[in-house]
Amino acid sequence: MNVRELAHVMALTEFIMPEPEREVSGGYVGDLLSWVMGRAQNGNVWLTIMSNQNVAAVALMAEVSCVVLTEGVKPDEALRQRAEQQNINILGTKLSTFDAAAVLKQLMR
Amino acid sequence: MGDLKLNYTVDGGDLIQAGEASSKMKMTLKKLGLPPEVIRRASICMYEGEINMVIHADGGEVEVTVGMDTITIRLTDHGPGIPDVDRAMEEGFSTAGDVARDLGFGAGMGLPNMKRCSDDMQIDTQVGVGTTVTMQIHIN
Repeated sequence: MNVRELAHVMALTEFIMPEPEREVSGGYVGDLLSWVMGRAQNGNVWLTIMSNQNVAAVALMAEVSCVVLTEGVKPDEALRQRAEQQNINILGTKLSTFDAAAVLKQLMR
Repeated sequence: MGDLKLNYTVDGGDLIQAGEASSKMKMTLKKLGLPPEVIRRASICMYEGEINMVIHADGGEVEVTVGMDTITIRLTDHGPGIPDVDRAMEEGFSTAGDVARDLGFGAGMGLPNMKRCSDDMQIDTQVGVGTTVTMQIHIN
């Protein structure tokens, strides 16, 4: 499954999606950025409520396939800009982090 | 062929902007065609180092040396130094302030991540003088 397909099946809001063809593999949940950087795997869908521009930097370094902002959180303007510059997919959902992770887990089976 | 040297300056002060040097290095490593996992590890090492320098030392200098079989990342700052390196290496130990924590940093994972993502890491530090962290990542 790629990011575009994920966005479709989970009805995600597409804030910034410069790389829709990026393949998705597994997921990671976390708001502590260093923790995410140490544990998330290449290609993971990263679920978080953090919305500052450091999220784009972490996504770039950890090579996650996309960031999904949960709980209705929206990216701030600086994050949008940095995500555009660095080709980071930023999506969103109104689902709680718990529910979003549960749906994602089903999809990854 | 000689080693390629890349030099970056990390500005102190603005944690929100941090990551610029790491992003640039990552792009350069990609252009060089290095293996993706090597690039990923080097990028995490450098980004964590960059964040540390901004939080604790008001910025610093980074020298990246790309050799035939090793990438060496040397981060040098003139910050307060690390009084207890063993303690600093413990997962979860952090002296970062509230601003860093509010942004999602200061979880005490920076140095452990750098250690895990590098093949060798050395910390030379002197309280009141500064810190140099040298990391090596093997290419093959």
